[in-house]
Amino acid sequence: MKVFKGRPVVPGTCTAEALVSREGFNTLASYQMALMFGDKKVKCGDQNNADIYKKPMGGKALCLPMTIGSTTGGMVLYAACAMGRQPACMLFSKHIDSLAASGAILGDVWTDVSMPVVDQLGDEFLQYVQTGMTITVAADGTVTVA
Amino acid sequence: MVLTDEQQALLDGSRGDVMAKVVKTLVMYGETFGAKRMVPVTSAYGHTVISFGLGVMKPIYDLYDTLLGGDLPAGQRFTADPRPLDDKVPASFLENLVFKKFMYNQQARYEAQLEKLGVTGDDGYTCTCYMDEVGNTPKRGEVLSWAESSAVVYANSVLGARCNRNSGIIEIMGSIAGFVPEFGLLTDEGRKATWVIDVRCKNRPEPQLLGSAIGMKVMEDVPYIRGMEPWLGTELNDAAKDYLKDFGAATASNGAVGLYHIEHLTPEAVDMGESLIAEGAQTWVIDDETLEQVRKNYPVIWKDPAAAPKLCFVGCPHMSLNQLKDWTDAVEAGLAETGRQQVAVPTVFTAPTPVIREFEKTPYAARLAKTGVVVSYICPLMYMNNPLCKSKAVITSSNKLRTYTSARYYTEADILGIITGKETAR
Repeated sequence: MKVFKGRPVVPGTCTAEALVSREGFNTLASYQMALMFGDKKVKCGDQNNADIYKKPMGGKALCLPMTIGSTTGGMVLYAACAMGRQPACMLFSKHIDSLAASGAILGDVWTDVSMPVVDQLGDEFLQYVQTGMTITVAADGTVTVA
Repeated sequence: MVLTDEQQALLDGSRGDVMAKVVKTLVMYGETFGAKRMVPVTSAYGHTVISFGLGVMKPIYDLYDTLLGGDLPAGQRFTADPRPLDDKVPASFLENLVFKKFMYNQQARYEAQLEKLGVTGDDGYTCTCYMDEVGNTPKRGEVLSWAESSAVVYANSVLGARCNRNSGIIEIMGSIAGFVPEFGLLTDEGRKATWVIDVRCKNRPEPQLLGSAIGMKVMEDVPYIRGMEPWLGTELNDAAKDYLKDFGAATASNGAVGLYHIEHLTPEAVDMGESLIAEGAQTWVIDDETLEQVRKNYPVIWKDPAAAPKLCFVGCPHMSLNQLKDWTDAVEAGLAETGRQQVAVPTVFTAPTPVIREFEKTPYAARLAKTGVVVSYICPLMYMNNPLCKSKAVITSSNKLRTYTSARYYTEADILGIITGKETAR
């Protein structure tokens, strides 16, 4: 078990299974097909992301360095929240990027969904965490990986 | 963040709950990035990335209804990304059914919302709003509230305007409020390069491949790119702008680049040179082999990787007038070599409506029509966002289209060879 301390961008608590993308997470490419066709498991559609392509994202603790790609990214994340298809939480090893931040904030301000978002967890976090591990997020940005 | 009295009053609800939530969203957005204040949006027009009325994205349009019902101030007018539908683009009966009855059944609702919010009109639906014919061309130093990754990176890099990589919805909120948080690419510090890229190619690097390689390497950082002079010169002429449009789109979709500097070419690099490079910047050398390796690593996700191409898209981002003319010449020459009258693969060139209108005033339009190539204002990415396209072998010279869909990437030379029947897809 290891504990990491990050910055809560959207504070909240949750416990969920980790899904780890060690590359930049392309929000549009990952979500578009799943949202468009009502995939309840929200399987990742990003062919360029070997870590998580075709893996279910719904309800997982999404661990990533940052998001990349289209500026629809924040809108897509907001839509995922509004449709109840969001991850349990999003955990960034680096400083959150503007698109992910937009989506997380839109989800927080304009929906009733709780999706804790923590950033700046450090490179060691992303090296340590493996898909399938159990993640617990505390409101102060403490992330426990077991 | 320190707000002006007026901004604080809006946040406190002086203009109602909806406006208060708009300002709260912008404040949270800014505070996440350490913004100390809001700055006025100074460009004439905004640009929104959301141009599609997707049935399953209903929550987005519900949110826009909330905005429209919120007694908001008249915001900045704006252009929007391309429309997702055009009857001129080849589609089967089933595809048309899926597009119109299932996928884009919110299109009319959404376009009515955009009209109320201030979209500039039919001519404003394009991802290359900055082209002269479209008229949303910001001036150097202007602050923008735009989204659309390829347009943002172009406005920052080629025009010297200032815009963060805003998300869809956030950009409209900035246009409504008339101010945006000051951070990142809006600041001098945020515009400094943290990567130096030395291009040492023997051949002219394909813009879509070079952009892809750099985007994947630097992710969201700002690269300062040297060694492009043999290919682009030192003047921002139409050819250089076209190259940078396609290059930038690839950096932004394969990575998250919002600004690049090209030595001796882009405005800030011309004025400030290597003083734009931040202390401790990393260096990366790119040669022909690097680009070939990048190209080889692209996955092919067609159901049948050996399938013959059924459709070809050129123009993601939308093509310029010069590109339409150059491609017309090239397609004609290619067909003359193979002895064909028309292209071997149904092909669509996409461009902004006002560019198409200008193109149609030239003799090139009739010549291109004769080759069988269709010219459309459509967004190819939106066209391909359906499961039927997964089993359709679509080819493209756009790295952005490749990234988000099952379209297979080929270099421009290869695309030309395939559509004119000189070579087969391999």
